[in-house]
Amino acid sequence: MTATRTDSDRERDRQRLTRTWADPQGFFGWFSHVDHKSIGRRYLITAFTFFLLAGVLAALMRIQLARPDNSFLSADLYNEIFTTHGTTMMFLFAVPVMQGLGLYFVPLMVGARAIAFPRLVAFSYWMFLFGGIFLFSAFFANAGPDVGWFSYVPLSLQLYTPTKRADVWAQLITFTEVASLAVAVSLVTTAFKLRTPGMSLSRIPVFVWAQIVTSFMVIFAMPAVMVCSTSLILDRLVNTHFFDPGHGGDAPLWQHLFWFFGHPEVYIIFIPGTGIVSTIVGTAANRKVFGYPIIVASLALTGFMGFSLWVHHMFATGLPHLGEHFFTASSMMIAIPSGLQIFCWIATIWSGRLRITVPMLWVLGFFFIFILGGMTGVMVGAVPFDLQAHDTFFVVAHFHYVLIGGAVFPLFGAFHYWMPKITGRLLSKRLGTVSFWLVFIGFNLTFFPMHILGLNGMPRRIYTYPADTGWGALNLLATLGAAVIALGVVVFIIDAISSLWVGAEAGDNPWAASTLEWATTSPPPVFNFIDIPTVASSEPLWDNPPDQPVVVGLRTDVRDVLVTYVADADLDHRVEFPQPSVWPFLTALAVTGFFINSIFTPWAVVYFALPMFVTMTGWFWPKSGEDTGTRRWPFRARTLPKPNEAFAPGVAR
Amino acid sequence: MTSPRVIDVSTLPPGAFGHRSLMWWGTCGLILIEGTAFALAIGMYLYYWTHAAEWPPGHTAPPRLLWGTLNTVILLGSAVPNQLTRNAAERVDLRSTQRWMVVALIFGIGFNVVRAFEFGGLNVKWNQDAYGSIVWLLLGLHTTHIVTDVLDSCVLAVLLFVGPVEERRFVDVSENSVYWYFVVLAWLPIYAVIYLAPRFL
Repeated sequence: MTATRTDSDRERDRQRLTRTWADPQGFFGWFSHVDHKSIGRRYLITAFTFFLLAGVLAALMRIQLARPDNSFLSADLYNEIFTTHGTTMMFLFAVPVMQGLGLYFVPLMVGARAIAFPRLVAFSYWMFLFGGIFLFSAFFANAGPDVGWFSYVPLSLQLYTPTKRADVWAQLITFTEVASLAVAVSLVTTAFKLRTPGMSLSRIPVFVWAQIVTSFMVIFAMPAVMVCSTSLILDRLVNTHFFDPGHGGDAPLWQHLFWFFGHPEVYIIFIPGTGIVSTIVGTAANRKVFGYPIIVASLALTGFMGFSLWVHHMFATGLPHLGEHFFTASSMMIAIPSGLQIFCWIATIWSGRLRITVPMLWVLGFFFIFILGGMTGVMVGAVPFDLQAHDTFFVVAHFHYVLIGGAVFPLFGAFHYWMPKITGRLLSKRLGTVSFWLVFIGFNLTFFPMHILGLNGMPRRIYTYPADTGWGALNLLATLGAAVIALGVVVFIIDAISSLWVGAEAGDNPWAASTLEWATTSPPPVFNFIDIPTVASSEPLWDNPPDQPVVVGLRTDVRDVLVTYVADADLDHRVEFPQPSVWPFLTALAVTGFFINSIFTPWAVVYFALPMFVTMTGWFWPKSGEDTGTRRWPFRARTLPKPNEAFAPGVAR
Repeated sequence: MTSPRVIDVSTLPPGAFGHRSLMWWGTCGLILIEGTAFALAIGMYLYYWTHAAEWPPGHTAPPRLLWGTLNTVILLGSAVPNQLTRNAAERVDLRSTQRWMVVALIFGIGFNVVRAFEFGGLNVKWNQDAYGSIVWLLLGLHTTHIVTDVLDSCVLAVLLFVGPVEERRFVDVSENSVYWYFVVLAWLPIYAVIYLAPRFL
């Protein structure tokens, strides 16, 4: 092909594409958005809001524990607060914020015009939002869950929790699982089928690989928690006996089901974090990340092995020793792929020309904190040590080092790194550095003493402790540390908001990075790329030759998207994407009604069957008179090829 | 700025069947999710069994074979119109697709009717013990899939009759058939666990 594109071609296409792909404006239009960047932004902002709310809850707990025999919070309220804190951080912050990054950046990074199943993604956002509103409404109505974020039976059964608090927890799970499963399927399909020509599997950016592995983990792990939370609701609502030992039920089964989800959940949160780290390290060191195949293999291996560890959360339940040995061994083994990745990052930094940017600072913080968390992980993976540390603050320290180190630090790095793409403005280096050091120092002040408190015997989930335990000083230190973290987060928020006005213009590629999201404007246009760039390596913006071809010929008057083959991203076919629609929002409303009502009555399934059916049909039904650009019956000839059929060109569309 | 070369995709087909289509990937995602849920529920059943002194516990009779077996036959039989629907869709033959879709729907609706009798023949209530709970959960999970898939197929069939029939709708019909296969195949282990295992193992 020798034809070329002139600037006037591009300008004409830009105007047409803007018209075709624009989401509706105005208040009502806001409920119909399907652009992955719009939804991704909402995910990020909403999840960050929940992070702040759960952070406030954490601060309340720290105030209560700051000195012995404190009466700032009642025992009952303390139970609600630590449960809501954990539940929010896991289900309403950590998973959705990582998926939000994926929603925004995966289509851009693979050179796609949109995300697969855009309406499903819109629906998922509303489910996530409504679930979060539901949890906090219950919390403020004194009906927040109070049985721990893993809601163990028999405590959460009707006999011991006669209020609706445990049901609120169980249905929040259902809301957030529906949302994250929908996003997972969309991300996998996007990463496998919507890649730009040339982006074979071995050229997929590491961040996208991390999102692929995470999405598969979501697909296999989340059904477990849906099965167990549904069984819990049934036990509480219609007197089934899944977890009731008096009638043949089994309490440890709850723990098996929960942790079959709950342990992979840790990796669902952590793997995107490592994807962020690989991205930032490569850019900051100005070289392709060292050992790309090793890193991708480690991600996949972590994904598989993440499913063979769940019993290490249950060492104190009296399982057979042989089983415990197996899970100790597999817990030690999963340190191997994580260790491989860390060595690859060190090699990248060593052999590159490292610039200490603010995102890189957060990554360095990640190294320090996450490795410490990994070390205590190896400790609690050993049965004898675990039996000593079980249910103490040592465990609290361990998993905050892992989760905040492994996910929150990379995430703050990601905010600094990618916000300029989203808003078009750079964040301040000075404020970024200040907020990093505040959070880093505050974090270690808060959580390091908890190791010692745990070894000294302080149990988790106690609302106060007597003075003669001698735990007061370290607890006070932890509380002061929490205040420093809060200050650091406030500085970050000031930085993020003020950058919208005073931040320097970012330009297309402020970090001189290599992946395709930097090949378009900041913020990107609604259709992502005027001419879809193709790639000749995994670092296209560094390696592409000047005459690297671009894709043309997609229609500009309808939402035409290019589909490619999975392995080598060879040209396959084109497909029309759906228009914006309010039906996903209405469907989410109907499903929300069903979920909430089913806390109170099994007849909810009858009451809400019709609204759900009507809204889903409305979603699916083509608008009459809408010119979607696809052919309508009667056709003269078949143009859709079968799986192994080459397309015969020349058949008129 | 130098003018880059171009790859012109304007002559690519407007869709494709099978694993090439996005719908296939979406359907497979759904199948993996729900297949995992089925597998876990079957795992729960076996877990209770290994922890029980006798099975079914407390001299409860196993479920009646008649309705479950009849339904297994109906479901296996439905594979024939299901495949013929899929073939017709992939030929983009509207008349034939409409015809076989209606036949497949009759099988689906028949299955749901017999399912009501199945629940009646379980010989146990969900609130009797954990055994009853898990049997009802397994059957309930599968019923949910059958009911929603039949409703969804009804909508698709109505759309094929009243139009407007867009070309891409045939890909939807084809993938709908793939999902029906999943519902059929998922039933076989559930049938074996609920009906055969307590009788013959």
